[in-house]
Amino acid sequence: MTMRELYDRTKALFPLGELIEQRSGGNNDLVFVTVPAAHLRATILHLRDKEGFSHLVLLTAVDWLEEGQFQLTYLLNNRQQAYDLGLRVMISRDSATMESIHDVWPTAATYQRELREMFGIDFPGSPRIEEEFILEGWNDIPPYRRDFDTLKYAQEKFSERPGRKTHDPETHMRQQLYPDMSPTGK
Amino acid sequence: MYQPFPPDRSQYPAKKADGTLDIDLTSGKYLKLWQGPNHPGITGNMSVELTVCGDEVVEGKTHVGYLHRGFEKLMERRTFIQCFPIVCRICVPEPDFNEYCYAAAVEELAGIQAPERAHWIRTLILEMGRINSYMMYLGGQAGSLGQGVIGQWTTYVRDLMLDRFEELTGARIYHMFILPGGVRDGLPDGFAGRMEETLREIESILKDVYDVMFCNAVFKARTVGMGVIDPAWLDEYGVTGPNARAAGVAKDMRKDHPYLVYPELAFEPVTGKDSDIYTRADVRRRDVLVSVDLIRQIMAKMPMDGPLMCAVPNVLHWKIPRGETYIRGECSRGEYGYYLVTDGSGYPRRVNVRGPSYTHAMALLERMIVNISISDVAALMVSLHTYPPEIER
Amino acid sequence: MKPELMKRMVKGPDGVEFEVEPLRDYFCEVPPTVMPAAYIKIVEDLFNWARAESIWILGFGTGCGAIEMRPLMTPRFDAYRYGVQWRPTPRQANLFIISGYLSTKTLKRAIRAYEQMQNPKYVIGLGSCTINGGMYWDSYNTIKRLDDYLPVDLYIAGCMPRPEALLAGFMDLKKIIRAGKGEGANQYAENFAWYKENQKRVIHDWDMPDYNW
Repeated sequence: MTMRELYDRTKALFPLGELIEQRSGGNNDLVFVTVPAAHLRATILHLRDKEGFSHLVLLTAVDWLEEGQFQLTYLLNNRQQAYDLGLRVMISRDSATMESIHDVWPTAATYQRELREMFGIDFPGSPRIEEEFILEGWNDIPPYRRDFDTLKYAQEKFSERPGRKTHDPETHMRQQLYPDMSPTGK
Repeated sequence: MYQPFPPDRSQYPAKKADGTLDIDLTSGKYLKLWQGPNHPGITGNMSVELTVCGDEVVEGKTHVGYLHRGFEKLMERRTFIQCFPIVCRICVPEPDFNEYCYAAAVEELAGIQAPERAHWIRTLILEMGRINSYMMYLGGQAGSLGQGVIGQWTTYVRDLMLDRFEELTGARIYHMFILPGGVRDGLPDGFAGRMEETLREIESILKDVYDVMFCNAVFKARTVGMGVIDPAWLDEYGVTGPNARAAGVAKDMRKDHPYLVYPELAFEPVTGKDSDIYTRADVRRRDVLVSVDLIRQIMAKMPMDGPLMCAVPNVLHWKIPRGETYIRGECSRGEYGYYLVTDGSGYPRRVNVRGPSYTHAMALLERMIVNISISDVAALMVSLHTYPPEIER
Repeated sequence: MKPELMKRMVKGPDGVEFEVEPLRDYFCEVPPTVMPAAYIKIVEDLFNWARAESIWILGFGTGCGAIEMRPLMTPRFDAYRYGVQWRPTPRQANLFIISGYLSTKTLKRAIRAYEQMQNPKYVIGLGSCTINGGMYWDSYNTIKRLDDYLPVDLYIAGCMPRPEALLAGFMDLKKIIRAGKGEGANQYAENFAWYKENQKRVIHDWDMPDYNW
């Protein structure tokens, strides 16, 4: 059974997006599929109970700031068939909320706590979702969002020891390798 | 173990109607106790908030974040080659998996192929790191039950292995050896002979460890039947690695999703039956022997000449087209994975590190810690083999 | 602030109600004071000799440098022959090794551990991340220079420093103590307000007394 057959079978039941095969050739064991947020839970339950994707490998988010969207990635693993399926869910960046799946896999609660703290994505009903997970006394926008500038924050909050030099890699390498060359390059 | 009829604690403490525990701290029956972060019985810089009744734990909550440096954010503002020196800092006792997973993910998305000889050297380094990590674990497991001498022996052989790392890579802890595109260098002269000496020393020490630790009556009394992971929890909690293999499931990414040169090496995943602390320790001890055997096979079969690096674009202007991938490896604690997303620029869009401790130390530990006594908490935590830096990055 | 730290009324087992304010009741509020040197120089020299020969380290691995402490405790490097040993609790220790980067969450615990240690006490900053941030110079969660928050006697540079570098560091610390220059605790007491101001600037969730010894 290939991933293509699995995709065709599942597509008949749920409105899945296009199949993206990450590894072409013989070692084709990782694919990504986009799922609408409303159908995620049903798809996951179907894949877990009927197709043997019993192991949640990871749950994480990607911030597509320019498109105003968060991409949630649910990576599921089928150990018997030795392949992985990444379910991608696009949700809106402002007022980001997603359905919790902690009752499907209890371990998802930890991932959801991290996403809540680091990206500001809410998962109503997930256990201990309100508690601080990694940060303590954080009072800025969630740090993994793209519009959070870690360098600016660090410079404002922490005092620095004078004398630290930062080189632009390109000009520095050019000076190291070709000291005679003019700074413009030619 | 010596209790003929262990008390049934499944109904204790009482639960409220909504399923949460009915713990009234003002009643005087319960006590809050913090184990960590400054505590000898904790695996690194993390803490467990215990609620105890007498000396029995009724609730435990893991607190992490003491080692958070924000790697995933820092990598978003570094070019692909600038990420390479910081990835190994994510997990201190076994840093090579970070380098391998990151390098393999970048290679896959950039469409380059590392040469054959680099694959062999990468496998060698990963197996050496695995032995190091298991040696730390064996010392910690014995130390958590008061056997300090085992830690002295295993740290000694770990130091020998660090010497081999030093002559191969130039560094003891952070090797920074597995670059995207290959490895930095080949084996030095006479490396195979010194490696064989180290392997013999490891085998001899392991025999002593078996006699002193695994045959010890106190060690057996405190670990047999203690801290059992139900095989049904494996999928619920995403348990991988030796924790899963001790429960009788031969989950080993080296076999399930073969990578590097593992298809060409002969080995069988080590499994146990009883899934208690003793079995987990024993699975790891036998896993060291498997790694020793694998290193011998690698040293015998490894090609001695050939390129070590493939052609890599100019790293200052290296742009990788939009894509996403997940690369995994079997580290000493379970499945270690990197999820890398690129967007066509010279910087990674998102890097997510999936450390096995993430599930073991959080959801699984909080489930297992209930109804054991305070003195067993350290042994239980160590037996899950968790490293806090890979939980919070 | 956590609910168990709030001021509240508690009913005791004998039925008497009384008020509990954990942050005041459970801690001594007296700020630290400067410990003067002994009146006679030869006595102070004797004290300093004794202090230099019994460096007891708090076994609190705050960062990744802690992994190189373990080989120091074993016969190959054997720091015990210099009178160096590891203690599990702050009350028994007089040297605090900040082993690497400090996230703000650990900084809070490190300050508490430091304040609980007995005088005289010393601090070693291990690794370049304690000196100027090192690898994590642009991180939002790690401090960039340790001596703003704790009085540091000695830095050991490197990422990460080898056990031999640590041994050399202990030797240098001994020289500092023998010369009577290991005055970190007094410096902390003298500039207490300045240190507290720096600490409170980075720790937003300050739910502990100002000096908890």
